[in-house]
Amino acid sequence: MSDHPPRPLPNRPRNAGVPLQRDWFEQIAVNTQAAERRAATLTTRRTVKKEWQAAWLVNAIRCIDLTTLSGDDTPDRVARLCAKARRPLDDHLMEGLGLGALTTGAVCVYPLLVPAAVKALAGSGIPVASVATGFPAGLAPLALRLAEIRYAVEEGADEIDIVIHRAQVLNGDWQALYDEVAAMREACGAAHMKAILATGELRTLRNVYKASMVAMQAGADFIKTSTGKEGVNATLPVSLVMVRALRDYGARTGQKIGFKPAGGMKTAKDAIAWQILMKEELGNDWLRPDLFRLGASSMLADIERQLEHHLTGRYAAFSRHALA
Amino acid sequence: MPDVTDILATMDYGPAPEASGEVQKWLRARGRFGHFIDGAFTRPGQVFEVRNPATGAPLAHVAQGSAEDVAAAVGAARGALPGWSRLTGHQRARWLYALARTIQKRERFLAVLETMDNGKPIRETRDIDVPLVARHFYHHAGWAEILADEFPGMGPVGVCGQIIPWNFPLLMLAWKVAPALAAGNTVVLKPAEYTPLTALAFAEICAEIGLPKGVVNIVTGDGATGAALVGAPVDKIAFTGSTEVGREIRRLTAGTGKKLTLELGGKSPFIVFADADIDGAVEGVVDAIWFNQGQVCCAGSRILVQETAAADFARRLTARMAKLRVGDPLDKSTDMGALVDPVQLARVAGLVRQGVEQGAVLHQADCPLPAAGSFFAPGFLTGVAPANILSEVEIFGPVATLTTFRTPDEAVELANNTRYGLAASVWSENINLALDVASQVKAGVVWVNATNIFDAAAGFGGYRESGFGREGGREGMLAYLADAPVRAKAEPAPLPPDAAPNPEAPGRITGIDRTAKLFVGGAQKRPDSGYSYAVTHRGRTLGLAGLGNRKDIRNAVEAAHAAKGWGKATGHNRAQILFYLAENLDRRAEEFTRRLASAGIPQAEAEVETAIRRAFWYAAQADKFDGAVHSTKSAHVTLAMPEPFGVMGIACPTGAPLLGFLSLVLPAIALGNRVVAIPSQNMPLAATDLYQVFETSDLPAGVVNIVTGARDDLARTLAGHDDVAAVWYCGPPEGARMVETESAGNLKSTWCPANRDWTGPGGQGREFLTRASQIKNIWVPYGE
Repeated sequence: MSDHPPRPLPNRPRNAGVPLQRDWFEQIAVNTQAAERRAATLTTRRTVKKEWQAAWLVNAIRCIDLTTLSGDDTPDRVARLCAKARRPLDDHLMEGLGLGALTTGAVCVYPLLVPAAVKALAGSGIPVASVATGFPAGLAPLALRLAEIRYAVEEGADEIDIVIHRAQVLNGDWQALYDEVAAMREACGAAHMKAILATGELRTLRNVYKASMVAMQAGADFIKTSTGKEGVNATLPVSLVMVRALRDYGARTGQKIGFKPAGGMKTAKDAIAWQILMKEELGNDWLRPDLFRLGASSMLADIERQLEHHLTGRYAAFSRHALA
Repeated sequence: MPDVTDILATMDYGPAPEASGEVQKWLRARGRFGHFIDGAFTRPGQVFEVRNPATGAPLAHVAQGSAEDVAAAVGAARGALPGWSRLTGHQRARWLYALARTIQKRERFLAVLETMDNGKPIRETRDIDVPLVARHFYHHAGWAEILADEFPGMGPVGVCGQIIPWNFPLLMLAWKVAPALAAGNTVVLKPAEYTPLTALAFAEICAEIGLPKGVVNIVTGDGATGAALVGAPVDKIAFTGSTEVGREIRRLTAGTGKKLTLELGGKSPFIVFADADIDGAVEGVVDAIWFNQGQVCCAGSRILVQETAAADFARRLTARMAKLRVGDPLDKSTDMGALVDPVQLARVAGLVRQGVEQGAVLHQADCPLPAAGSFFAPGFLTGVAPANILSEVEIFGPVATLTTFRTPDEAVELANNTRYGLAASVWSENINLALDVASQVKAGVVWVNATNIFDAAAGFGGYRESGFGREGGREGMLAYLADAPVRAKAEPAPLPPDAAPNPEAPGRITGIDRTAKLFVGGAQKRPDSGYSYAVTHRGRTLGLAGLGNRKDIRNAVEAAHAAKGWGKATGHNRAQILFYLAENLDRRAEEFTRRLASAGIPQAEAEVETAIRRAFWYAAQADKFDGAVHSTKSAHVTLAMPEPFGVMGIACPTGAPLLGFLSLVLPAIALGNRVVAIPSQNMPLAATDLYQVFETSDLPAGVVNIVTGARDDLARTLAGHDDVAAVWYCGPPEGARMVETESAGNLKSTWCPANRDWTGPGGQGREFLTRASQIKNIWVPYGE
């Protein structure tokens, strides 16, 4: 058992959810080519340079859910990751950038490693996120999936990244999807819930929109693209459709839902691209960790190299920065 | 400069200027530009200043082209023509390839220069204009290579005068120069007065690669320079610009034999159905009217939204508009730069003000604008009644009108309620609906669930007063190729119609008197004038024909419009009727032969026989003269569909009264046009005898309408009729001049084929079909 209660994220009420509203999504039209065109021009219409680029990269660090989700994870491995989450940049970079304090948005691990993360992050204020519900496929019996959530929360996880049951989307079984996600949300208790849609397995953008909307109606605080284990993980077109769903949900309910792309984003350039998406389609509120997370493991190392270059004008080597 | 922690609080984008040092250096080194004539720059005489519209700062001084300069350039082009046109296609392909490659190697230079000269954002010049320029030269290097195989028997037109606008300066140059050179023409190009600099840089590239002297000549200057070029001894004028200037050029070139293509203004509809991806359509508006500050001839400037979706659409559009960044065009995060000149800014602002005074409501982004420079905030207008000036006039600025419709029929009706016909954009997830609307919209380019997508392999050009001719693709090449010349043959002089009784020329009544009335809407009608004129041969009256007048033409055009079903009938359907027509003509071949012989027509039998074969030939073509799927972008089907004009006027030669008539009418109706034909003035009875053939062949009423009488008077009315989309005139040069001049009113497509031996091979062919149709390109992106 953990000795600290889950920390609510700052500045944001939880998503209260609404009863299942099929008419909010059943007729939705998403034109794939149009979405792809918009996604392709987001980063050609906007760029950040110099100080601004540095600041946006630092902001990305604030929003990173620093993640390890491997079969060979151990408490020591998690402790190393947590150390990096506490001190994501070397001191000389922090000084050079004029930064007082900086941590990643959270650390994300498997349920069995939550205790190790809680211990390693004690006193840091960094939330512990745990995947649950039979991650990544989500095909365990519901009772076991809910029990897994409760386990992780009891071990001290502040945030739970659940996976949805993809077949319910592919079969259009919206009531079942709604009921399961709502049950998961209930099992999360005070822990914030991120609903992973595994968009690479939903295939169509219309499915992505519909699954996003049902997850939000069922009370997800965040919607998240991928587990990182699907064939295709976070892409800009999929993210565009999800944030538009999130915006539509907000317009109908007044509630602000967070967004977390995850998987496949490895570079500082990706970090900028997704922030541009958030700023353009939603606004500055979605550039803060309470409404935006980047699920990534290797992205931080590339950001660190870019910041080093920004400060010194010299291209950096990975070996000169602390491993995550 | 704010520090990192400040920026973390604001999360602003900050400045991201594109470096312009190389271009500045180039401008400083040149300072004053002469014309590029015969491979070298002239010493600048009288010059004018070119300014950066974003700052007002002068960029360069450029020569004001005089008539002498134009004459020198045309002379150089004329001199270079034999050498250039005699090169093999492969040799020309090498030159075009070198141009494409060199443009790619100078891509950023050209993008920065274009942005400074024009005011459009660097994103557009870098990502859209310049890559498309290179693409055009590549594509046309390919056409040069395979020209002889793909266009057998065709050759270059000659010296081409090309006048281009300021909204896509280098891209319009590429659209004009690349196909012209590929086909073996030489060119004199006049860039727009506001934006001549990339054309001059292009001239330097021509010199850099060692392009043969005189093949490309560039003369800078204003409208007077353009007028001098139009009046110069060139073989073709290609113009892109305003409809008003296009009309003037049509008049000025009338009767000169200069080939003409016009790409003019537009007021293109942007149709959003309730079942569309609304966010996608909103983004489409960004690419439509807030692209290039709305200074785009094919901009979707009339947004038509289905009523049930209108409120949601407007809300989303307003939110999206608020995100646009207007400012320094060289900044990489700028969406909209400056309008091209303070004159344009004043024009746009004035028009919008006028529209608002007439009741429109302006919704404009509350974005900061730079203090200096020609900037106008993006916006859209609601409450724009059809009678509001903004519904009709091309604003050519970043402001669209937004109105609603209820049903697909109403959407089409509103979309077509314009004198223009350049482009249209249709948004619906229902492919049946989208393609149905695409087929009905009168526009040369239709984008389904997209807008402003361009590619060198697709044709671009307008219907109606948006001009004629295509740029890009196979259809674009035809604009720079001439058909193998036919041997012209003088026609018998038209005999003035005499409507008085003429006892000096007695007829010979054998059996019952025959009455040849007009043929309008499938019925025989008495001429409105109440007069008939005697058709005589060697002092004998063969019969009386109605003396048609303006009102008969008016009635015939109305009847032709009423026969709408013909254009929608299948090619097979039309083929069946034309075959049947041949059958019925064959049954009466002897009678027609006798009739022609009685009028002294030589080779009457051959004429009738050829007419029957010709009906077979066009019956055969009716379901075979089809379009293409252009190879453009991946996951896009780009359909090039030949569509009939609709209602065509055809004035026939005086000789070959049966075959001349059918040689012109058959190709027109084979493709679905309805025609108002003026048969041989001297021997109209050969045509009026066809009424019964038409009727027994099940030709629907109104498809062919025949008005007999004085050809040139009737042709004048047809050419000046604003509801006639194309007119063919076979007659003397003065008549052709008259027809081409009159056609300027609605800029109808005209063709004045030389009279010829109609029984010979020049009497039929694909050219007739090409001339009887216009290509609509429909872009259908796909993907799930």
